[in-house]
Amino acid sequence: MTRRSGLHLAPALTLALMLGPVLAGLLGTLAPALGLFPALGGTEISGAPFMKLIQWPGLGPAVRLSMTTGLLATLLSLGITAVLLAAWHGTAAFRWLERALAPLLSVPHAAAAFGIAFLIAPSGWIARALSPWATGWQYPPDLLIVQDPWGIAMTMGLVAKELPFLVLMALAALPQAQPGRSMLVAQALGYGRMTGWLKAVFPRVYAQIRLPVYAVLAYSMTVVDVAIILGPNTPPPLSVQVVRWMSDPDLTLRFQAAAGAMLQLALVLAALGLWRLGEGVVARLGHGWALRGGRGTRDGALRFLTMGVGAASVAAILLGLAGLALWSVAGVWRFPHLLPDTLSLRSWARHGPGLSDPALDTLWIAAAATLIALALVVACLESEHRYGLKTSTRSLWLLYLPLLVPQIAFLPGVQTLALMLGGDTGRGAVILSHVVFVLPYVFLSLGDPFRSWDSRHATVAAALGASPARTLWAVRLPMLLAPVLTAAAVGFAVSVGQYLPTLLIGGGRVQTLTTEAVALASGGDRRIIGVYALAQTGLVMLGFAAAIAIPRVLWRNRRGVKEG
Amino acid sequence: MPQTGLILDTLCILKQGAPLITLNARIDPGEVLTVMGRSGVGKSTLLAAITGTLPPAFQLRGRIVLNGTDITAAPPQTRHIGILFQDELLFPHLSVGGNLAFGLPATVRGRAARRARVNAALTDIDMAGFADRDPATLSGGQKARVALMRMLLSEPRALLLDEPFARLDADLRSQIRRFVFDRAQRLNLPVLLVTHDSADARAAGGKVVELKAP
Amino acid sequence: MTGGYLMKSLIAAAAIAASATPGLSDPNPGDWSAVVAEAAGQTVYWNAWGGSTATNDFIRWAGDQVKSRHDVTVEHVKLSDTADAVSRVLAEKTAGKDQGGAVDLIWINGANFAAMKDKGLLFGPWAQSQPNWGIVDVDGKPAVINDFTVPTDGLESPWAMAQVVFYYDSARLPEPPRTMAALADWAAAHPGRFTFPQPPDFLGATFMKQALYGMVADPAVLQRPVDHVDYTAATAPLWEFLDGLTPHLWRQGRAYPQSGPRQIQMMADGEIDLAISFSPGEASTAIANGELPDTVRSFVMEGGTIGNASFVAIPYNANAKAGAMVLANFLLSPEAQARAQNPDVLGYGTVLAMDKLSAEDRARFDALELGIATLSPADLGPALPEPHPSWMVQIEQDWTAKFGVAK
Repeated sequence: MTRRSGLHLAPALTLALMLGPVLAGLLGTLAPALGLFPALGGTEISGAPFMKLIQWPGLGPAVRLSMTTGLLATLLSLGITAVLLAAWHGTAAFRWLERALAPLLSVPHAAAAFGIAFLIAPSGWIARALSPWATGWQYPPDLLIVQDPWGIAMTMGLVAKELPFLVLMALAALPQAQPGRSMLVAQALGYGRMTGWLKAVFPRVYAQIRLPVYAVLAYSMTVVDVAIILGPNTPPPLSVQVVRWMSDPDLTLRFQAAAGAMLQLALVLAALGLWRLGEGVVARLGHGWALRGGRGTRDGALRFLTMGVGAASVAAILLGLAGLALWSVAGVWRFPHLLPDTLSLRSWARHGPGLSDPALDTLWIAAAATLIALALVVACLESEHRYGLKTSTRSLWLLYLPLLVPQIAFLPGVQTLALMLGGDTGRGAVILSHVVFVLPYVFLSLGDPFRSWDSRHATVAAALGASPARTLWAVRLPMLLAPVLTAAAVGFAVSVGQYLPTLLIGGGRVQTLTTEAVALASGGDRRIIGVYALAQTGLVMLGFAAAIAIPRVLWRNRRGVKEG
Repeated sequence: MPQTGLILDTLCILKQGAPLITLNARIDPGEVLTVMGRSGVGKSTLLAAITGTLPPAFQLRGRIVLNGTDITAAPPQTRHIGILFQDELLFPHLSVGGNLAFGLPATVRGRAARRARVNAALTDIDMAGFADRDPATLSGGQKARVALMRMLLSEPRALLLDEPFARLDADLRSQIRRFVFDRAQRLNLPVLLVTHDSADARAAGGKVVELKAP
Repeated sequence: MTGGYLMKSLIAAAAIAASATPGLSDPNPGDWSAVVAEAAGQTVYWNAWGGSTATNDFIRWAGDQVKSRHDVTVEHVKLSDTADAVSRVLAEKTAGKDQGGAVDLIWINGANFAAMKDKGLLFGPWAQSQPNWGIVDVDGKPAVINDFTVPTDGLESPWAMAQVVFYYDSARLPEPPRTMAALADWAAAHPGRFTFPQPPDFLGATFMKQALYGMVADPAVLQRPVDHVDYTAATAPLWEFLDGLTPHLWRQGRAYPQSGPRQIQMMADGEIDLAISFSPGEASTAIANGELPDTVRSFVMEGGTIGNASFVAIPYNANAKAGAMVLANFLLSPEAQARAQNPDVLGYGTVLAMDKLSAEDRARFDALELGIATLSPADLGPALPEPHPSWMVQIEQDWTAKFGVAK
């Protein structure tokens, strides 16, 4: 048997790195929720924080909003993903959509939300395009479209941003479901395209993308930036209210905030439980539907409807971004003018020079966090390959914990912990905190390509006298260069987008494009928001572009290397 | 003088404690042992045991002895056992020359010397001037020859063949088959061939063992 | 809800003067030349709200100045909320990190100051030891030593004066309403054209305190903690006023802007005609930056508007206390004050007394053009003192219960 190097410790080390902060952070939040916070005079356990939370008059609506927007956004994203794939996968139109969706991943959530807000607001681009000639509006109408109390705008914004993620996740999972053969059989049996796909292929795809779906659910329920921009405020969803309490001048509200964070965690767990129950119900209903044998051959209209929805969500983000880009070079731009009255580079001249420092910091932090995450993920996968450590299937759940536990529920605890350990507030601590969130996504992206690599190449290499290390570095990683770089680009994007970890762990001293953008965005000036949204998006796109370009250049004469 | 050849001494592969394959055989240098059996009977598992890449779900009993050395527990890369699969498995990111150089032992030092050995090997298989080619652009027969040559350059002391001719069309199959067996014989290697094609067994000309599910 | 937990601690804080014992290594503000010497080479992390480009530019300029004069490097930590810095200091105290903290200087006032003072999170007293303290207008602007009625006790140093003004687009609204009653009537006639930042944003709370000033019989009650007076009776007219006004607000009061500057974008978009600001020069600065049309003007309500001061404070565990003091002292210099008052830069009021300045320094102020939408000091009128912080806390809470949760 093979001698064991330090590699077999990789899964345990990775889990410790992932779970340590989350569990310690949760304890650090649970304590004040139970009244323990010595610096604020909380020295004994009390139920007061939860009592105060229950007495807050907005609790009911805030909890309801958290649940409805989260569940609805996930349901819609998943539903649209399913019917979109069912209706169009494998067609030329779908390939076009796929190409349009991929870059959308690189648009930061906040930037996408600002763009969509500008698009749909009563004073926004759509209203401007129709005014005054069609609507007669000289001034924007007083309509509650953005920040509506039902959270519809917020749900739509989340769907537009999560749809690309789920579609790409499903596409990655598709090859294992062998849709081509199944569809051939289904269509030979006389099934319509969509019905056949949903009955024969989707159940297997769903089993593969279940974890990403849960991540979307947890994220949608706990999101803060998108909720502030598009969500209601009277009251806001619970996550936003918790952040508000955390940043209230009245420090005693920290107890209530901690209790709210714990409630948020309970809500996410409840929603996940509900979702699992729903899975069972849908599976039983779907089974019955499949067995009844309906062929559903007249699905033409529905197909075009789904394409419309898919295209609309792509357009919403791209147009929103275009709107922000235009704002960044706008001088005066009054309603109802479709285009700026004057153009000016003033915003770029003013903020451009200030962009370079945070952009460089963002780059270093994201690069370092991605590299660490990549090294750990490759070490885990390689040790799985070498030693057959199959435990990782179950522990994968644990890797997802940082994505399933609301950030606000454990990050303040992590901050206190880092300070207690004497950890400095510099970039190092921030990088490690980013790794916690970057790693699950890197694992998610790289796991399948890494595992599906033909391991006979390793046998051949070993037979040729290559050590496992040489096989990894000289054969496996070069062959997997494209998926490795794609995973790196995804991790890079996740790191660039981190706000709370950077702010809390960095003590405010580590400034990235995202912390700067959120601070500046609190002023609401679309010109500045435009500049920073473009800078953020540009940096992330650079990562994706590199992930596509490098393998193409390196392997330009190697047709046999599959592209990621 | 130590015993030469490949000895599979009361080999038994178990899956979850249940015996899957048992084999007791001795292959002399230059001899071919053909192992036949229906697909799914565990032929590839047998080869994995010999190359040292048996998945952890299996256990191995018995001994594997190569030229007098017990290699049962040796790491794969030190066993000096070459293997060819039905796919050529040329490394797609390396050139044809790069693939051959990968097999060349590190003891051949110096860029020029390694390059010369690679070029000589290419000439040997009638593919002179192919060193910088992308393996994906080769014909099936060329790929098969490069794969064999890559394996031989690593100076193996035994050769395993995992249905290496199954993918080739009939014409090419006999040609490549002859090429492989000739080379192995010239180098006096013990060869273990796994196949379900009786024509392969006939061409090999050696002993034939039928692998059966227990 | 009657939550008065903060109030009680505030009363305690007012009764017991803050007694932060200086650490062994702390600089002695009384020995200024030693402070300046220690400051050289230090890096000061100034935590200040980063939502305004104008302020950010000013902070960068101030940093460049103290770098070249005193070799003090200033890093602006741009906050989306001042409380983030308070949280940071609090987390450090929880973790027992009593030295080398991440925050050196905070832009602060009002409730944040009261909370930090109360919890012993501030270094000092040091403000009165600054060389430039002598030219501060303590007599004419009592707000510089009473932050929302809480005595500063030298724990924070003022650097700008602010006063409530309203700005409006004269192209759409020729004659703005100048009393709260007139505002309510105008809003009823023009629904959806006015709003205020959602409390607990300080500007929204300020709007209500401003309205309250015109409605209480005796404004002196506002200077006392709410549980020392008949709060219910005093605020009854305010809630009546808001009950009438809210349905006529932008979006019928079902959504609010989340910050003051957000109103600038809304006015530029034509969504509102009238907005509240705490900076008399804000509209002029926005016009200069192309963010507002040049038809925007400012006005104040009859009877005067609330004024307060902005301060900087040093946390008890700050890493670069000497550097922070040097920076604070520079902010009080006539040069920095005149620059802050320039409407093309910030348009903030100065905290200095003109009659204590040299003729040369006074000329810096005289040379300033106020800007098209800025009121002259005479038009601005006298500043009303901020009510006791407990008013803000209680009004915010009650507003949230009455209007902040959609029914």
